[in-house]
Amino acid sequence: MPLTRKIVFVDLSSGKIRKERIPEKLRRLYLGGRGLDIYLLHNYIKPGCDPLSPDNVVTVSGGLLCGSVVPAAGRCHSGAKSPLTNGVGSTNMGGFFSPELTFAGFHHIVFTGKSDKPVYLWVHNGEIEIRDARHLWGKDCFETQRLIREELGDEEIQVMCVGPAAENLVRFANVRTGLKNTGGRSGVGCVWGSKNLKAIAARGTMGVSNRYPQEALEYAQKWQKQVVNTKVAEALGYDGTMFIWNVTNTVGLLRYRNFAFNQLEDWESLAVEKFHEKYHVGVVGCFGCPVHCRHQWRIKEGPLAGLYGEGPEYNTQMCMGGILGITDWETVLHGSHLVDKYGFDMAEFSNIAAWAFELFEKGIINESETGGLKLEWANAGKLLPKLLEMVAYRKGFGDLLAEGPYRALKRLGKPEAEYYLLHIKGLGNMLSDERATPALALGIATSTRGCDHLRSRPAIDLYHLPEKILEEVFDGGPMDSNFTSYVGKAREIWVMERIYALVDSIGTCKFHSIFFSPHMPKFEEYAKMIRYITGMEFTPQELREVGERIYTLERMFNHREASYSRKDDYVPERYFAEAVPGGFPIVKGVRMDREKFDQMLDEYYAFHGWDKDGTPTDETLKKLGLDKEPSHIV
Amino acid sequence: MPKILTVDIGKCTGCRLCEVVCSAKHERASNPAKARIHIIKLEDDRILVPVVCNHCEEAPCIVVCPTHARFRDERIGRVAVNYDRCIGCKVCMTVCPFGAIAFDWEAKRIISCNLCDGDPTCVKFCATQALQYVEAAAANQRRQREIAIRLHKSLQEFALSINW
Repeated sequence: MPLTRKIVFVDLSSGKIRKERIPEKLRRLYLGGRGLDIYLLHNYIKPGCDPLSPDNVVTVSGGLLCGSVVPAAGRCHSGAKSPLTNGVGSTNMGGFFSPELTFAGFHHIVFTGKSDKPVYLWVHNGEIEIRDARHLWGKDCFETQRLIREELGDEEIQVMCVGPAAENLVRFANVRTGLKNTGGRSGVGCVWGSKNLKAIAARGTMGVSNRYPQEALEYAQKWQKQVVNTKVAEALGYDGTMFIWNVTNTVGLLRYRNFAFNQLEDWESLAVEKFHEKYHVGVVGCFGCPVHCRHQWRIKEGPLAGLYGEGPEYNTQMCMGGILGITDWETVLHGSHLVDKYGFDMAEFSNIAAWAFELFEKGIINESETGGLKLEWANAGKLLPKLLEMVAYRKGFGDLLAEGPYRALKRLGKPEAEYYLLHIKGLGNMLSDERATPALALGIATSTRGCDHLRSRPAIDLYHLPEKILEEVFDGGPMDSNFTSYVGKAREIWVMERIYALVDSIGTCKFHSIFFSPHMPKFEEYAKMIRYITGMEFTPQELREVGERIYTLERMFNHREASYSRKDDYVPERYFAEAVPGGFPIVKGVRMDREKFDQMLDEYYAFHGWDKDGTPTDETLKKLGLDKEPSHIV
Repeated sequence: MPKILTVDIGKCTGCRLCEVVCSAKHERASNPAKARIHIIKLEDDRILVPVVCNHCEEAPCIVVCPTHARFRDERIGRVAVNYDRCIGCKVCMTVCPFGAIAFDWEAKRIISCNLCDGDPTCVKFCATQALQYVEAAAANQRRQREIAIRLHKSLQEFALSINW
C-alpha cells in the first residue's frame, strides 16, 4: 500500500541515514508530495537560514498515489528554501522517477547538511547508499543519467539529477530526469548543488498494493476515459501544450521582446504546424499517462543536424523564442537542448535575459557592463547559445544574470533598471502578459513560490464559459464569463490553489485536473480514488481543506522566511502603468486597475481566512490544525 | 474464432500504464516488476517496444516443459500454465525467444501473460491502441488500411509534384 512507503532522512554532513514510517496522522493532514514536503521544510529548516548554507533542507518526494493505477500518477516534487525568493522553493516534474522511488520503498527523502565532496544517492528496494559522484561532477544532465545507469548496471534505473548550472550555483538551476522532465522553477537545483548533491538513482520491485483492488482498477479505467474523452486531451496528445500558442497570440496574451508587445508579428514561423512539418518525430507519455503530451524532435539537416530532444512546450516557444524576439524554430530547439543539458530554468533565464536586452536598448547598460556583448534584439538568436553557456558557467555577464532578479538588480546598482525587470517575490515572470486577465494576474501575484502560473492558473477562465458552469466548477458565485472582468476571479484562484495543492500532493498531473477542462476529475473523483487505493476515507470537503492547509502552510513559511505580506502580492508596476498595445478589441488598451486589483486581493484573502495584510488569522490556523506548527511529528 | 493480442510498435508512447494495470490485475498491486508485459525503452533512440508473450503456435516453452505444465489452450488461443504441474524449473524462461516469461521471486512461480482469460486488461487501458485484442482474421486489416491510405496519399503527392 502507498501508506507503507517510508521517509528517509539523509544527513549529507555526517553521512547518517534514518528511515522512518510516515505517521498516518501526517498523511491525513498533508497526503504526500508537495503537501508533506512543505510540512518537512517548515519543520526542518532553521528559520532565517541562508538558502545556500548547509542549514537549508532539500526534499524529494512522490505523491500519495505515485506508481499506482491512477493514470499519470508519476509526478515528482522537490522542495527547499528558494535561493531566488528566500521563500518556498517548490518544483514539480513528470517522467518516471517518482514511481521508481515508490517501487524502491520510499515516498520522501529529506537531505540536510552538506557533503564535503560530490555524492549521489542510490535507492534500491528499501536500501539507501550515499555514493561518490566526483566522476560525475561537471557532466551534463543527459550524460549523468547514462553514466549512473552504466555504473550500477541496470538500464531500468531512473535518475533525477542536476547539471553544471547547479554545480556553479546558478540561482535558477533546476532538477531533471529523462530527456525532458524538469523541476524548473524556484531554483531548487541550485540548493542541490550547494549541498554537493549530484543525483538520486532509484530502482525498485516493491509493489504498491491497492486497498480495494477490483474497484481501484475499474475506477482507474473510468477515470482514464473521463480524461481521454475531453477535447483538450486530444489536442495535448497531438500538439502538446503548443496547441494554445496560436490562440494566446491572437488574443494578445504573450510577451514579445520582454514587454514591448503582446503578440508576435512573425508568429507563423514559430507555430506548431511548422514544428510538425520539420522536426517532430513522435510523442511519448509520462508514467501511466494516456495523454502523451511530450514530443520528441530531431533536426535532420543543416549545421545542427542530429540534435534531438524532448519538448518543446508552449513555454519553450516563448522562453527560447518570443520573449527574446526570436522566431526561428532551430534556434529555439537548440536553446531548449542546451538548457536541458546545463540544467537551469529557461523561464527565469529568458525573463532576465530579455530585461538585459531592453536595458541595452534603452541605454541603461552598455558594452562596458555586458563585457562587450551587443545585446541587440536583432542579435538575440545568434547570441542565445553563447548566453546560455555564459549563465550555466557563470562566465562574464552571465554571472550577473545567474543571480536571478533580486540579486542581479542589487549587483547592477541602477535604480532605473528595476522598472523593466518583471518579477514577483524575486521569481521572474513567465511567457504570458496578464494585464488583460485579472484572474491570471491575481494567480501569479499571490503564488507562494513567486511569479508562477502552476500554483493556480484557471486556464478555463479564458474559455468564456457560461456563468452557470463557472459557478458549478468554482463552487459558487457570482462569476463572470468575461476574462477581462474582475468579478469572481478571486474565487477562481482560491479554488484552483486548493486543487493544485491537492494534485501535487497525490502526485498526479495537472493536465488531469480542471486546469484546461471543466470535465476533468475534481475533489469527488480524488476522494474516491484515494479511498480505493489507500483505504483512507476523505469527503470532498475534507480534501478541499487539505489543499487549504497546504497552501496556508506555504504562506506561513514565506511569512517566516522572507516576511512576505500583502505588499508582495502585486503584479509588477508595468502591469499598472502601461496599456496593452495589441490583440483582441477587449484586450487592446487595457491595463491593470490598481483599485480593482486591491479589491480582488481583499476578496481573495477573505476566502482563505487571512487578514487584510495576507496573514492567516489565528482562527484559520486553528481550524486547519496549523496553530501548533512546527509540530515535529516526524 | 480466437482473438490475438497485437502490438503496434509505432503507436506506443512508452507510458507503461499497461505494466501497472497488468500487475494490478494479476497481483492486486501495481508493480511493473511483476507485470506480464514490459516496455523496453531507449529514449535517446526513440525505441519503445512492448514485450509480451506472443502465445507462439509452436511454443518452445511448451516443447521443453518437463512436466507438461505448459500447454496450448485452444479455447482462448493461448499458452497456459497448469500450476499443479509446474515445478518452477524455469526452463521455459531459458528458451523463450522474447524473454516474455518471468519468475515471481515472492510467490516462487513462473508468470507470463494469460490474456486475462480472454479480456486483456492492458488493452483496455492502452489509450493509443498500440495494444489491441482482435479476431485473428482481422488482425492485419487495420495495418493494411493504414498503409493503404498512406500509400495513396504519397502517390497523390508524388503525382502532383511531377510536372507531366
